[in-house]
Amino acid sequence: MTIVDTRDPNPKSFIPGATGDWEIIIGMEVHAQVLSDSKLFSGASTDFGAEANSHVSLVDAAMPGMLPVINEECVRQAVRTGLGLKAQINKRSVFDRKNYFYPDLPQGYQISQFKDPIVGEGTVTVSVGPNNQGEFEDIEVGIERLHLEQDAGKSMHDQHPSMSFVDLNRSGVALMEIVSKPDMRSADEAKAYLTKLRTILRYLGTCNGNMDEGSMRADVNVSVRRPGGPFGTRCEIKNVNSIRFVGQAIESEARRQIALIEDGGMVEQETRLFDPSKGETRAMRNKEDAHDYRYFPDPDLLPLEFDQAYIDALLSELPELPDDKKNRFIEEGGLSTYDASILVSEKAIADFYEEVAKGRDAKQAANWVINDLLGALNKDGKSIEETPVSAAQLGAILDLIREGTISGKIAKDLFEIVWNEGGDPKRIVEDRGMKQVTDTGAIEKAVDDVMAANSDKVEQAKAKPSMAGWFVGQVMKATGGKANPQAVNALVKDKLGVE
Amino acid sequence: MSVDADTVRRVAKLSRIALSDEDVPAMQEELNAILGFVEQLSEVDVSSVEPMTSVTPMEMKKRKDGVTDGDKAADIVANAPVSEDNFFMVPKVVE
Amino acid sequence: MTDLTGLTIAEARDKLTKKEISSIELTDAYLGAIDHANGTLNAYVAVTPDKARAMAKASDEKIGKGEAGALEGIPLGIKDLFSTEGVHTQAASHILDGFEPRYESTVTANLWADGAVMLGKLNMDEFAMGSSNETSYYGPVKNPWRKAGSNADMVPGGSSGGSAAAVAAHLCAGATATDTGGSIRQPAALTGTVGIKPTYGRCSRWGIVAFASSLDQAGPIARDVRDSAILLKSMASSDAKDTTSVDREVPDYEAAVGRSVRGLKIGIPKEYRMDGMPEEIETLWQQGIAWLKDAGAEIVDVSLPHTKYALPAYYIVAPAEASSNLARYDGVRYGLRVPGGNIAEMYENTRAAGFGREVKRRIMIGTYVLSAGYYDAYYLQAQKVRTLIKRDFETVYADGVDALLTPATPSAAFGIGDQDMAADPVKMYLNDIFTVTVNMAGLPGIAVPAGLSAAGLPLGLQLIGRPFDEETLFAAGAVIEQAAGRFRPDKWW
Repeated sequence: MTIVDTRDPNPKSFIPGATGDWEIIIGMEVHAQVLSDSKLFSGASTDFGAEANSHVSLVDAAMPGMLPVINEECVRQAVRTGLGLKAQINKRSVFDRKNYFYPDLPQGYQISQFKDPIVGEGTVTVSVGPNNQGEFEDIEVGIERLHLEQDAGKSMHDQHPSMSFVDLNRSGVALMEIVSKPDMRSADEAKAYLTKLRTILRYLGTCNGNMDEGSMRADVNVSVRRPGGPFGTRCEIKNVNSIRFVGQAIESEARRQIALIEDGGMVEQETRLFDPSKGETRAMRNKEDAHDYRYFPDPDLLPLEFDQAYIDALLSELPELPDDKKNRFIEEGGLSTYDASILVSEKAIADFYEEVAKGRDAKQAANWVINDLLGALNKDGKSIEETPVSAAQLGAILDLIREGTISGKIAKDLFEIVWNEGGDPKRIVEDRGMKQVTDTGAIEKAVDDVMAANSDKVEQAKAKPSMAGWFVGQVMKATGGKANPQAVNALVKDKLGVE
Repeated sequence: MSVDADTVRRVAKLSRIALSDEDVPAMQEELNAILGFVEQLSEVDVSSVEPMTSVTPMEMKKRKDGVTDGDKAADIVANAPVSEDNFFMVPKVVE
Repeated sequence: MTDLTGLTIAEARDKLTKKEISSIELTDAYLGAIDHANGTLNAYVAVTPDKARAMAKASDEKIGKGEAGALEGIPLGIKDLFSTEGVHTQAASHILDGFEPRYESTVTANLWADGAVMLGKLNMDEFAMGSSNETSYYGPVKNPWRKAGSNADMVPGGSSGGSAAAVAAHLCAGATATDTGGSIRQPAALTGTVGIKPTYGRCSRWGIVAFASSLDQAGPIARDVRDSAILLKSMASSDAKDTTSVDREVPDYEAAVGRSVRGLKIGIPKEYRMDGMPEEIETLWQQGIAWLKDAGAEIVDVSLPHTKYALPAYYIVAPAEASSNLARYDGVRYGLRVPGGNIAEMYENTRAAGFGREVKRRIMIGTYVLSAGYYDAYYLQAQKVRTLIKRDFETVYADGVDALLTPATPSAAFGIGDQDMAADPVKMYLNDIFTVTVNMAGLPGIAVPAGLSAAGLPLGLQLIGRPFDEETLFAAGAVIEQAAGRFRPDKWW
């Protein structure tokens, strides 16, 4: 493959070395587990965390004479993902065998796609940021290809002094290997790409994106070069299993390579592992003698073929993807790019927002979801799926504000009550007497009371109109926050005779 | 084309078959006899010929997605040379 | 009482139906014959008398209730390549030491569903790689045929040598076999039995230990054409578990036996007239042509120009696929494990001890031709040549030819331990020169005994058909059988 440099060198992402600036070149191979009930070539379950070898069929254990039969859902999911990546869909693709020996690879080969993958070139638009000015920068990351392949089993090395344990539950689970072009130039870009890719997969429902369960893993190719210069030798960091680690691995690997070159050494093309506890990469100890995978078309399978009508049908049923959703939020709701970007970052958040915003003020809904809901979730380390306040409850709170039943300030208190105790916001407002006081007589009495008790300040305020705010605060306090603030403000100013 | 002794050793390694130094010459000779025999294929003009990918041209059969197999760990490890708690066990692997 | 093992399947079926004999009697007769002969012939690697009697008993009950299947109560031998649940399945290899699958191959399951009785597992070349049954971990099988006046042991051919010998010696009523390059037809020809390799995709490969996936196909070896038709009818099916099995009704093959060949166009491919071919093979071929002509078939000369490249292409494609198919024998999940200092050594020691010489050779060749830098020159080139070989046949069939007649093998059976063959692997490979094209093109082919060599050993003719037209092969095969007569070795064992 010829590498085409699609990016202009940007000093912002340069790394200063002892001998000058360096640029990092990053490409990624992401393995995303296809969401399907059963495996790519067998009827065993794909569920995570089962007893050893209990989700294993005879095919997955590579018993003699066993044959693969493809799961049509995995094909459908791969095509849908390809469409989501705006990629070329190949109507004819071929499954190949990738031959190597490893205890968790029962067949002695992995069924994968080599020459003719199911999906070809595509692109992902990645918003990098926000920076400290709250701005996002959009970059395009090219997709080289996407192909279907089998996952391997799992070897565990810590249970026994001299033996490894092999569990084949994952063996044969369908993976999509999504290969990017080397279009990323910083750890932040790589993290943003991976985040965006995961968002797209989740929107599509083709992968759950759970990196901690291994449903999504990244092999990161890192090389360094002088800005705009010829590409350097790359190292592949295998199986990085969190977005944060991807960033750390890239940064430490780039530093390692730069130090190596600046000391007069050469980067050796090799496979490395990232050790999160040390925050650095190391060469794999078990170096396979020169990989020679001896790919050839799997004679147990036929070419995978489908027609344009199949693709068109899947395209027509594709859900709205984050970029489109973001643009719609901006156009329809008048949201800022920043707000819209945050709302679409996870499908569940976007869904939540849309439910809250339905028939209500979009900007207000966005503010509440972003500042109050996401803020509170973040504080408690909860995900949107775990939110104690439902979209319906938040919507009800916003309705109460709009009707003038409660003030914005009371709404915050109400939100906290609903967060902690649950319940119907409308009931809570009634039961706890949180309704805003709009009765001018009552408010006027409160104003008079405050002024009577602070006659000295009344005099001062007449000379210094900005002190009116103090009176408003006192009145609000006296009414338990229930007085309509605009009414209080008007009355205070009127009585003080200030503008 | 013919193979030398180093190639024989490399191929044995790739095949994961232990081959003693004494066995190399005989294996080399046999492989070269076979390679010599298949050499004649190179004289066939195959320009614009597609390689065979399926013996019987037909659409690939597909399975509906559904869990129809598994839950038989005991059967899976029944023939294993070494196993424990339904895990297969192998000499320790270093990564 | 007459010797029940002398009955063909069709004859036994009639007597069982009429309750003149029981399946238990028939099964016991075979078990007795095996007991007597197997020490000498070595056709079986495992005999399953308890299972056989239990199945026979069940068959007798079914026959009693009028619920008999197509093969009810018929005792069969099963090539060791077929997975049989809870029964020795080792592909006659040391590496599958002690392997007893927890599953049953589709083909054998079909046979049992039709009421057949399993006598045991039959010897074969290790992983079906061989043409003499000498590569078996369990030692060579002896051909029940010997040269007239000689005591020298002859090979039964391979890889289905145990199947062919057992059928020829009446150690089973019929046997399953598999054919990757000639492994049904060559041993059938060398033992005076009938063997048919159906079209690729006709029998499910599920549960059959794989040798070369794009070439492997199961089929029967039987005493006559009718029996082979009866067996294939039961063995064949379309199977959702095998992507390469075809969704096509299985015809009533037996009905084709006895069908006239009048008006059929039989092609005689000139490329099968090889240099140095023994005169008696040529004579046999001409005899076959005459028989078919007498029966009303039209004989036409045809050309299959790429014939000579089939064998070299085969010796790239088959080992390549085999090198990958046999990677699963690694000492981890089943079979033999030979310890080593680390995992790589364990693999290397296990595979060095577990595979025999021929298997290792083929794995090495296959690994080499797929390795970086050689793929295009060898594997890709061979698969392109394969397209041309298939095209040759398509052209001939498009011209209206219904089937082709060729010799089945270039010679009669040779001696066990033949020095020429042992010295040069390619010499051994040449045994398949007439059969291997059929596998490369995925076509059906039947070997039918047609005469004896000057030394008194059986010789066979091969008929090659259009895809999924096994019926024509049974019809034409029966004509040859009718004309040539039946062949049976004198019992010396």
